[in-house]
Amino acid sequence: MSNTKIVSPKKDMIFMAILSAVVLTMPLWLQPFGAAYPDLMQKFMIFGIFAIGYNILFGLTGYLSFGHAAFLGVGSYTAVWSFKLLSMNVIPALIFGTVLSGLFALAIGFVSLRRSGIYFSILTLAFAQMSYNLAYSVLTPITNGETGLQLEQADPRVLDRMSGIVADGSLPTPNLFGIEGIGYSGFYICAALMLISFFIYLRIFRSPFGLKLRAIKSNQNRMGYTGFSTRPYLMTAFVISGMYAGLAGSLLAVTDPLAGAERMQWTASGEVVLITILGGVGTLIGPLLGAGIIKYFENIFSAFNDTVLLNAFSFLPDWLAHPVASLVGLFVGEGWHLTLGLVFMLIVIFLPGGIMEGISRLSRLVTNRGKSDSHENKEKEQTSAGEV
Amino acid sequence: MDAIFLQILNGLDKGGAYALIALGLTLVFGTLGVVNFAHGAIFMMGAFCAVTLEKLLTLSVKVKDESVTFFDAYKETPYLELWFGDTGTAIIDWSVPLSIILAIPVMLLIGIVMERFLIRHFYKRPHAEQILVTFGLAIVLQEVVKAAFGANPIPQGAPDIVSGSAAVGALFGLGEAVVYPWWRLIYLAFSLMTIGLVFSFLHFTTYGMVVRAGMADRETVELLGINIERRFTIVFGIAAVVAGLAGVMYTPVLPPDYHLGMDFLVLSFVVVVVGGMGSLPGAVAAGFLLGILQSFSSMTEVKDIFPGIDQIIIYLVAVVILLTRPRGLMGRRGVMES
Repeated sequence: MSNTKIVSPKKDMIFMAILSAVVLTMPLWLQPFGAAYPDLMQKFMIFGIFAIGYNILFGLTGYLSFGHAAFLGVGSYTAVWSFKLLSMNVIPALIFGTVLSGLFALAIGFVSLRRSGIYFSILTLAFAQMSYNLAYSVLTPITNGETGLQLEQADPRVLDRMSGIVADGSLPTPNLFGIEGIGYSGFYICAALMLISFFIYLRIFRSPFGLKLRAIKSNQNRMGYTGFSTRPYLMTAFVISGMYAGLAGSLLAVTDPLAGAERMQWTASGEVVLITILGGVGTLIGPLLGAGIIKYFENIFSAFNDTVLLNAFSFLPDWLAHPVASLVGLFVGEGWHLTLGLVFMLIVIFLPGGIMEGISRLSRLVTNRGKSDSHENKEKEQTSAGEV
Repeated sequence: MDAIFLQILNGLDKGGAYALIALGLTLVFGTLGVVNFAHGAIFMMGAFCAVTLEKLLTLSVKVKDESVTFFDAYKETPYLELWFGDTGTAIIDWSVPLSIILAIPVMLLIGIVMERFLIRHFYKRPHAEQILVTFGLAIVLQEVVKAAFGANPIPQGAPDIVSGSAAVGALFGLGEAVVYPWWRLIYLAFSLMTIGLVFSFLHFTTYGMVVRAGMADRETVELLGINIERRFTIVFGIAAVVAGLAGVMYTPVLPPDYHLGMDFLVLSFVVVVVGGMGSLPGAVAAGFLLGILQSFSSMTEVKDIFPGIDQIIIYLVAVVILLTRPRGLMGRRGVMES
């Protein structure tokens, strides 16, 4: 893997600085793509956090969890409860959401990590489905069942009342000491949190701890022979990634203070797997890219409807425009998931390392041209395919 | 007592569907070593075979309604009824059982195409990638079905003659009041029969014997000059047919919609793991066991003691089994342990 080589801390700082600059100027350079509105950019950030957290587990240790949505859901519910009971300030909500998801991950990890491979996947899936089913049925007093947990005018909000903030007429919105949790200010809150999370994630990647997680992925037995017990490392990775998911979940509640059980369904767990794979499993920046791309295209593609399509194909003769539009219509709008599934399959089949592998293949193609003959190139391709 | 009896029947019924899907999953896993997340989608496609046939049979034309004399009234009449009269009506009535005839070749074809063009390239890849690609395939299949048939469940009727309830209570001396839908009894019998067929195919035919030998030691079988891959392709097709037929027959019980497959997939994976990866009897036993447990836990008496137990019982059992018997109920040594 290309990023296992030692990178100097200075380079990392430069990398962080560039990333921060890129993220913070998103409202500017996303303008031409038509994606510069805060709602969508917040989604980029939130799912970025979710995906990098997932990458700590799946990318580094190779443990494929199919139940991460449960942590996302717990984070959301906790955050909304914090809004209801304590304060509309986002800080307690984020802290409680993250910590509680971490505890939840501790409990689930304690059981699930006893097994590996597909059994681990099934166990996490089982726990997530249990949480989802319970949230819909018995836990209705906590989760408000199908309606979803919402803010109400009459909520206690103890801390807010103590400090004299009283909601007037309309429902209060989540804020950071008066800074709104939605709109551009909301985006910057999410972006700041994403950058902090990313920094921690970068440190984990570069740390001896991160190296041990990679060792678990490449050969767990050998790791055991050298005298390491793998369980505590796996456990830590699992809890950390659960906390990332919890943070993402509570941020979702900040942008829209409503938590529903469908956030915990296993299709939602599938989504984060998809994001991570698309970007590049085990790569540093891949999951962020994946989150951005999937959320962007989800937004663009779902906006299409039949009239828009017909307009787009109006340059074709009439007899052709309708069939073409309805054919394309299968893949956009409601059918966006079809495109997603197809792209996902193609990625897994042809580019298991995701977009990042594609980029490195391309750059290798460019740099190697002229330097070496094609035979050597082929050999390199094979070794790199083996590494992935 | 009556309630318990009915719940056992309910459980056997549900367990029949679980067992059929889990059987296919295990078969594919045992032969090809592939974890197939698209198996639920195959079940769903089977169900939609029944929907398609029903749609085809009831292709209608507007015909003038002669019974209304005051004005011109039209009513939809299926072609079959026009052409064949009562025979046509009977054919439409029997569309679900007739779908079996359609589903067998269709599902066999789908299975073989899937194996040849997709799964084949994933034998040597890690299980995680197999899971991911078949997961993608499942999404694609279900979205295609959604585009073709819409998002709403499409109810299918059982033939009139068996749409009522059977007085099963009388047979077991429980009183006339204990009745159970005929179709569900038929489903149970059908699943038992299918399971029996699959087992006798594997155990009493030379072909099945070679397949079992291949499951146990693939290399040796290949060294003997047998093209085991081709047989495994056929096995994949058979697994698809079994899941597809389970889907066809289940339509009168539960109106199929596009995410039917996903709902059943998660459960049947749990069933497979509880039974033991790679163990066919394990899959069947676990299917019926979990079906019955689920039915019992949905009784009000049980729910009063453990609220919500009916929602999580299957997963709970899976967790307990995996932690206490890591290989599942009847798992073989050395399967999926690397």
